Amino acid sequence: MEQLKVSVWRGEDAGGFARYDVPARDNQTVLDVVTHIQRELDPSLAYRFACRVGMCGSCAMTVNGRARWTCRTHVRKVVGADGALELRPLANLPVIRDLAADLAPFFDKWQRAQGFFQPKDAPDGAVPDEFAVVAPGSKARREADAGIECIGCAVCYASCDVVAWNGDYLGPAALNRAWTLVNDARDGARGERLDAVAGDAGCHSCHSTRSCTERCPKQIDPSGAIAGLKRTLFWESLLGGKRHG
Amino acid sequence: MADRAARGQAHLWVVQRITAMILALAVLVHLITIITAVRGGLSAREILARTQGSEVWLLFYVLFALAAGLHGAIGLRNIAAETLGWRGRGLDFCWLGLGLLTAAFGIRAAFGLYA
Repeated sequence: MEQLKVSVWRGEDAGGFARYDVPARDNQTVLDVVTHIQRELDPSLAYRFACRVGMCGSCAMTVNGRARWTCRTHVRKVVGADGALELRPLANLPVIRDLAADLAPFFDKWQRAQGFFQPKDAPDGAVPDEFAVVAPGSKARREADAGIECIGCAVCYASCDVVAWNGDYLGPAALNRAWTLVNDARDGARGERLDAVAGDAGCHSCHSTRSCTERCPKQIDPSGAIAGLKRTLFWESLLGGKRHG
Repeated sequence: MADRAARGQAHLWVVQRITAMILALAVLVHLITIITAVRGGLSAREILARTQGSEVWLLFYVLFALAAGLHGAIGLRNIAAETLGWRGRGLDFCWLGLGLLTAAFGIRAAFGLYA
């Protein structure tokens, strides 16, 4: 196989595939292929990347039907026997142009899920008098640790059927972030956050089919995080647990 | 800032999970009873002998019918929302009403066997 036959989505939501032949190399990532096309074959191709080492979460695309981070995806692991590679922008998001999806709805939902730290001790932004003591082996700390490395690439969001069925659904990444904060002893917005992630737009719509967990490039388990939210809300609504304060 | 709709949806979820737990046990009891009843030579007289005047069987089947009605209706609600896009509080009350109606038929039958 000397040439890769690369089909690349061109245009916006209504668009079509363009075909490019790209020289195959021994060591080559999918992002390398896209960069080759833009630099050598067609400078008008739009795509997004930044760090190239799996830290920034910018370069995710649909590669042969599956959402992946392209900078850490070797071509030889995903290419068909005939050298075919099909590249689309991420699913479940509006397309800006070509391979660049608009991630605004994805990050808006992080906000809606209250996926941001709200310090308990210092609501006015003052430095608290005491440090919070969090035992590294405590259950809450381990739950938070499991989800904290998310890079916001939206691979899980693009892979989620529930997002495709319900445009309001917050999605795996936002709910995973909410779960890390629910387990953060220093956070003061537990009640509001649990309210924000309840209901059909939140954790209760998840079918636990675990596509998010299977496809997360950082091996995070958003499906498990969502189950944690469901469990917490279940017991607190049943026993009338104290959510606020 | 939880709106009431979201809280109601979460409650529907809780009801569906609890009814699922009830159904898991109730279906088991129901199946064992069927097998036992068939071995005893299934007849109306034999069934009525078991259920007439028995508060335990009445309570069991009332709970069973209630759980089945609610569980099924909430499940249909979710399918309708996800595949047909039927959403909204008004529809939720319709589904709840449908579930209770289905349960009422079952409860009426249970009373028929008790009385």
